[in-house]
Amino acid sequence: MTIAVSLLPDQQLAVLNAAYRRAVARKRLRLLASLAVFVAALIVASIGAEVNLRTFFTYLGNFVSYFDRILTLDSGQRVWTDFREWFWGLHNWLKLLGETLLISYVGTLIGAVLAFVLNFFAAENTAPSSWLRFTVRRLLEFARTVPGIVFALIFVMAFGLGPVAGVLAIAIHSTGALGKQFSEIVENADMKPVEGIRSTGASWISCMRFAILPQVSASYVSYALLRFEINVREASVMGFVGAGGIGQEFIVAIRKFYYSDVSAILVTIIITVFLIDITTGWVRARLFGREART
Amino acid sequence: MGARPAVRQGGADLSKPQDVNTAELRARYPDVFDRPASSRLATPAMLAAALAIFVFGLVDLDFSPSRFIAGLSQLGWISMMMMPPDPGSSLPLYLQALGETLSIALLGTTLAALLALPVSLLAARNIVPHIVRFPVRRFLDSIRGVDTLIWALVWINVVGLGPFAGVLAIAVSDFGAFGKLFSEAIEGADQKQVEGIRASGGSALHEIRFGLMPQVLPVIAGQVLYFIESNTRSATIIGIVGAGGIGLQLAEQIRVLEWQKVSFLILMILVAVAAIDFISGKLRFAIIGKRAVA
Repeated sequence: MTIAVSLLPDQQLAVLNAAYRRAVARKRLRLLASLAVFVAALIVASIGAEVNLRTFFTYLGNFVSYFDRILTLDSGQRVWTDFREWFWGLHNWLKLLGETLLISYVGTLIGAVLAFVLNFFAAENTAPSSWLRFTVRRLLEFARTVPGIVFALIFVMAFGLGPVAGVLAIAIHSTGALGKQFSEIVENADMKPVEGIRSTGASWISCMRFAILPQVSASYVSYALLRFEINVREASVMGFVGAGGIGQEFIVAIRKFYYSDVSAILVTIIITVFLIDITTGWVRARLFGREART
Repeated sequence: MGARPAVRQGGADLSKPQDVNTAELRARYPDVFDRPASSRLATPAMLAAALAIFVFGLVDLDFSPSRFIAGLSQLGWISMMMMPPDPGSSLPLYLQALGETLSIALLGTTLAALLALPVSLLAARNIVPHIVRFPVRRFLDSIRGVDTLIWALVWINVVGLGPFAGVLAIAVSDFGAFGKLFSEAIEGADQKQVEGIRASGGSALHEIRFGLMPQVLPVIAGQVLYFIESNTRSATIIGIVGAGGIGLQLAEQIRVLEWQKVSFLILMILVAVAAIDFISGKLRFAIIGKRAVA
């Protein structure tokens, strides 16, 4: 068996080799340069953030022992040896957790409805006028960029302590986030049905209702459910600033060093988040399953 | 599909519905006319249930109209007092706090990415068997189920108040998210390269290093940049619980009702997030675009 490998003359080969080496060297140099910039940025940042590796390693033991402490009951036993003692406040916590879920549900629903109303004005292909589109987009951007808990802090001042502030904060943040996602779905929608309906002399509202909405409603619900999932997590900390839910109880437990309570509330929150994730995942799957069948 | 309905044939008068042989149509399309009650009522029932929970939520969370209106007028006052945004004499302090926030975001995200890379290999379907994958995934899920603010509180207990706690909080909570995202990127990678390396006698480590990593790294870099951006948002708020950065200033100014300073701080956050958005968008394009050319 003969193998044909074309051997280039040395002269030609040397030129090609040099070009290859240069290209590789240039690429390496670029990589090294960007790495150097990145590392420099990290060093500047670690000075800015007062990173102190010695503190870190001295206190790293604290991190482990913190978990050791929150997993120990007052009696000195491990928490899982006595569930009744560990979850002594379960009744109260479940009530607060219910409040947290309700806050995120009501907040998400208000946000979804507002986003639903606004998104047709924000999408490129359905906005009636460009200045309206610009305004709505900036509005949504503002609602999305300011963190929910900052809104919560301000609303606590305006509406007083309690879940109302939490609901409104979540509603505004969801409006911003969902408004953007919804309008992106609309921008991907097929515009032929709109032309068809417009040709019958229908108004803008009818176009949206009969041409766009049937295409996008399932994705809307899916995104709203995802947002609900995220908001449950967000609502769990709304209590930190006095805006209702389980966060209030949690921050008290942490600040007052009720160690076993910390782990118990943490476990309840994590399990709740799991359950919500699984449930909404199931609902989403069913929703799209049915949509695919019809 | 069967033949066309009778109504279309022979120039039948469409305005007279009695021309239509409904009995025949019913027989032909039973699932259109006689959908079971369960499927016809499902959507209205779901909507009614959603509305019922919403109303229950409004009542349970104390959404009384009078309180709502009073709060709104209060909010109107607050926003009037916010105008015009004014840092007073604390502009240098705020700029420093903003720098601290950006440092926290950068360091936290980098740390999370470095930690998550090896762990994500253990969570990827095409690398490890199910028995390893399952516990690793649940572990990542539980880390993700806990909000960044809660992690910040835990780290404050370990390393004390200040931005370092913020870095660690962001690092841990992103570790959960990155682990999941990276492992999905790894699962999506093409197996042909890996097989090629195995065929040429490479070890498992060679397969990962030369088969997987070149495919996965650009995807990962894009995600890391995206997270630096979204972490700037998270880093602005962890100061509210005392983990450094601009959130600390924000929470303080809200508590002492210095509304002009509050609006200035919010403005600063908006500008910073927009700037990071812009830069990381460019970088992301540079990384992914270069790959597409090569």
